[in-house]
Amino acid sequence: MSKAEVAKHHREPLIHIVKRDDMVWWRAWLIRVAAIAIAILLIGVISVLLTGKDFFSIFETMFRGVFGRPGKSSSRMLWYFLQKTAVLLGLSLAVTPAFKMKFWNCGAEGQALMGGLASMICMIELGDKLPYPALILVILVSSIVAGALWGLVPAIFKAQYNTNETLFTLMMNYIATQIIKYYLYIEGGGTNKINPVKEGNLPQIFGQEYALNVIIVLVLVLAMYIYLNYSKQGYEINVVGESQNTARYIGINVKKVIIRTMIISGAVCGIMGMILVAGTDHSIDTNTVGGQGFTAIMVSWLGQFNPFIMIFMSALVVFLNTGYAKVADSCGLDSAFSDIAVGLVIFFVVGCEFFIRYSVRFRHSRKEAQV
Amino acid sequence: MKRFLCALLACMMLLSFAACGEDSDDLKVGFIFLHDENSTYDKNFIDAAKAACEELGVEYCQKTQIPESNACKEAAIELIDVDGCDIIFADSFGHESFLMEAAKEYPDVQFCHATGTQAHTSELDNFHNAFASIYEGRYLAGVAAGMKLNEMIEAGEFTAEEAKMGYVGAFTFAEVISGYTSFYLGAKSVCPTVTMDVKFTGSWYDETLEKEAAVALIEGGCKLISQHADSWGAPTACEDAGVPNVSYNGSTESRCPDTFIVSSRIDWTPYFKHMIQSVMDGKAIETDWTGTLDTGSVVLTDINENVAAEGTAEKIEEVKAMLKSGEISVFDTANFTVGGETLTTYEADVNTDADFTPDTEAIVDGVFCESKFRSAPYFDLRIDGITLLDEKY
Repeated sequence: MSKAEVAKHHREPLIHIVKRDDMVWWRAWLIRVAAIAIAILLIGVISVLLTGKDFFSIFETMFRGVFGRPGKSSSRMLWYFLQKTAVLLGLSLAVTPAFKMKFWNCGAEGQALMGGLASMICMIELGDKLPYPALILVILVSSIVAGALWGLVPAIFKAQYNTNETLFTLMMNYIATQIIKYYLYIEGGGTNKINPVKEGNLPQIFGQEYALNVIIVLVLVLAMYIYLNYSKQGYEINVVGESQNTARYIGINVKKVIIRTMIISGAVCGIMGMILVAGTDHSIDTNTVGGQGFTAIMVSWLGQFNPFIMIFMSALVVFLNTGYAKVADSCGLDSAFSDIAVGLVIFFVVGCEFFIRYSVRFRHSRKEAQV
Repeated sequence: MKRFLCALLACMMLLSFAACGEDSDDLKVGFIFLHDENSTYDKNFIDAAKAACEELGVEYCQKTQIPESNACKEAAIELIDVDGCDIIFADSFGHESFLMEAAKEYPDVQFCHATGTQAHTSELDNFHNAFASIYEGRYLAGVAAGMKLNEMIEAGEFTAEEAKMGYVGAFTFAEVISGYTSFYLGAKSVCPTVTMDVKFTGSWYDETLEKEAAVALIEGGCKLISQHADSWGAPTACEDAGVPNVSYNGSTESRCPDTFIVSSRIDWTPYFKHMIQSVMDGKAIETDWTGTLDTGSVVLTDINENVAAEGTAEKIEEVKAMLKSGEISVFDTANFTVGGETLTTYEADVNTDADFTPDTEAIVDGVFCESKFRSAPYFDLRIDGITLLDEKY
C-alpha cells in the first residue's frame, strides 16, 4: 500500500469532539451567562420581528411586567416576583434529594397538592375550634404528613418491588388531582369552588402577605444545603445515587435510604402545599400548584442539585415567564409565547453544558498530519 | 473586559430610561382572562372587549392564562398599579372571590365580573356582576333543534316516540341546568314528544371527555346533540357520526358543515360598552346587569341552511318576537312538570352563603323568574323529560 493510500484509509473525521479537562470555574460560568444572554437577545430579535416594536421597548415591557413601574407599585410587584420564585424554588428543593439518589420523583405536583389539601381541610374544619398558634401548628404538621405519605407510597413500591418510580409518581399526581376535584365537589356545594377561607391563614410579617413564605423557603434552602452536603444521610443519598451496589457493599441499607429520602422529598412538597394554600390562595383548586412541580424538575437540574444555584435558576425562570407573558399580553401575541421563550433559554443553557464538558476540534491540516 | 463592562452599563442605563414610561390620562380597561383565544369561551370575551374598547376609544389591556387563585388578585393589582387601568374585568366564575379581594383594596377602581353571584350581597360599591338571559337564546336554539327532529320524523328516520336529544354539560351548576332546560323546552315547544339525556364531563374544557360523552349519547339513541362546554369535542363527534348539532359560544360550521344547525351565544360587547360608558359619564355601574335579546347581548349565529329544517329562520324570528314582547316566557310553569306536578312555588338559592340555603321565592305569576334577582342563573330544577345519566360533578 502506498503512503497516500494509508493516509486515505486513516483520514481523520472533519470534527473531533474531545472531552475537556476540568474548565476553570469562572470560564464555565462565563459560558453559561453568555448562553443565557444570547438566548435572551435572540428572543428579543424574534419579538421585534413578530411585533414590529423596537428592541428596547420589548425589554422595557418585560421589566415592567416583572418589577412594575418605579415608584409605588414596584415594591408590591417585587414581592409577587419573590413569592413566585419562592414557590418554584421550594418545589425544586423538594425534588432534589430524590434526584441526587437517581430516584426520578415526578410527583412534586401531587405531593404539594396533598399537602395543600391537608391545610385546606384543617382551615375549614378546625378554623374556629383551635386557638390560632395551635391551628397553624396542626396545619404545618398535617401538610408535612400528607405530602410525605404521597411520596412514601411510590418509594415503598420502588424499594420492595423495584417498580418504575417515574410512572408511579406521575400517576400519583392524577390521583391527587381527582381527590381535589372530589373535595371541591363535596365542599363547593354546587359551585365546585371554595371561597378564600379567613381562618388559619399564615401570619403576615413586615405587613407583607408573602414575606413569611419567602423566609420559610430561604430556611429550607439552607437546611437542604446542609443536609445534602454535611450530613451522614446526605452522603448516603450520594452513594446510593452513584451506585446501589457500592452502597450495599459498604453496608448502607438502600431500601431504607430510598424510603427516608422520599419521605423528606414529599414532606418539603407538603410544606410548599401549605405555603400555597394557607399562605397564598387561602383556597384550593386542581390548578393550585399549576404545573410548577414539573418546572421544578428542570430548575433542580439546571441548578446542578445545588440549592444556592437553584435560587438564581428559579428566579431566572420566573423572571422570563412573567416578563414574556407581559410582552405577549401587551403585544397581542399568543400566550404560548412565554413558554416558547423560556424553552429557548433552557435549550441554550442545557446546550452550553456540552461546550463546557467537551471541546470541538477540527481536522488537523494535511501538513500537520504528515509530520 | 473594561470595554465590555462599559457596554453593559450603557445598556442597563438605556433600559432604566425606557422603563420610566408615561402615564396617560386616558381611560384604561384591564381584562383578565382564564385562558386565551384558543378557548371559544375566552375568545368570545376577547373579541367583544377589543371591539368595545376600539369603538369607545379607550385603551385595552389584557392578562391571559390567569388561574382561579390569588393570581387573579395579583393580575388585577398589576393592571391597576403598573398599567394604570381604571376598570378591571374578569371572565371566569372562579375569579370572583379573588377579584373581590382586590376590589376591597382599590375602592376607586371599578371591578366587573361575568357569571358571578356575590356582588349583590358583598356590600362593595365598586364590585359588579353581569350575565345575560342566555336561556332565551338557548330556547330559540332549541326551537331549531325541535324543527330538525320534526323533519327527521316526517322523513321516517325514526318515530315521534324515539325523538331523543343528547346534551353534554360541564358541571351540575345552575348555569348549566338553566341552559339545558331552556334548550329542551324550546325543542319541546315544537316537538312535544321529545325527551333528552344529559351527560356531564366535570370540566369546562376537555376535548376528549366531551367527544366521548357525545359519542356515548349518540350510541344511546340520541338523534341530535347540543352541548354546554367550550371545546370542539362534541361538534366534531357529531360531524363524524352524521348527527345534527346545536352549538354554543359560536358557529362550528367551518369544521362541521354537514351537521351544524345554529349556535346561541352571549355577545358581551353591549355590556362592555355600558360598563365603560358609565365610568366615562361618572355614573355607577349596576350591581347586577343582565343582557337580553333587546340589549343585543343574546344572539344566534347564522343558521346553516344545509342542515336546518325548512322555515327555521322564520320560526325563530317569530318566537323571538314573542319572547321580546313577553307573550311567552321560557320558564312558564305551565310548560313543564317536576315529579309529575306543576310547580306553584320554589325557593331558589340566590344569595351565596356557606350552606347554599334556598332564600328567594322565584316563581311569580306562574313563571320562574330567571336572572331577575341576580344576573347569574339560579334555575336548578330537575324537570320531567330530561334524564341525567350521571351526576358525578
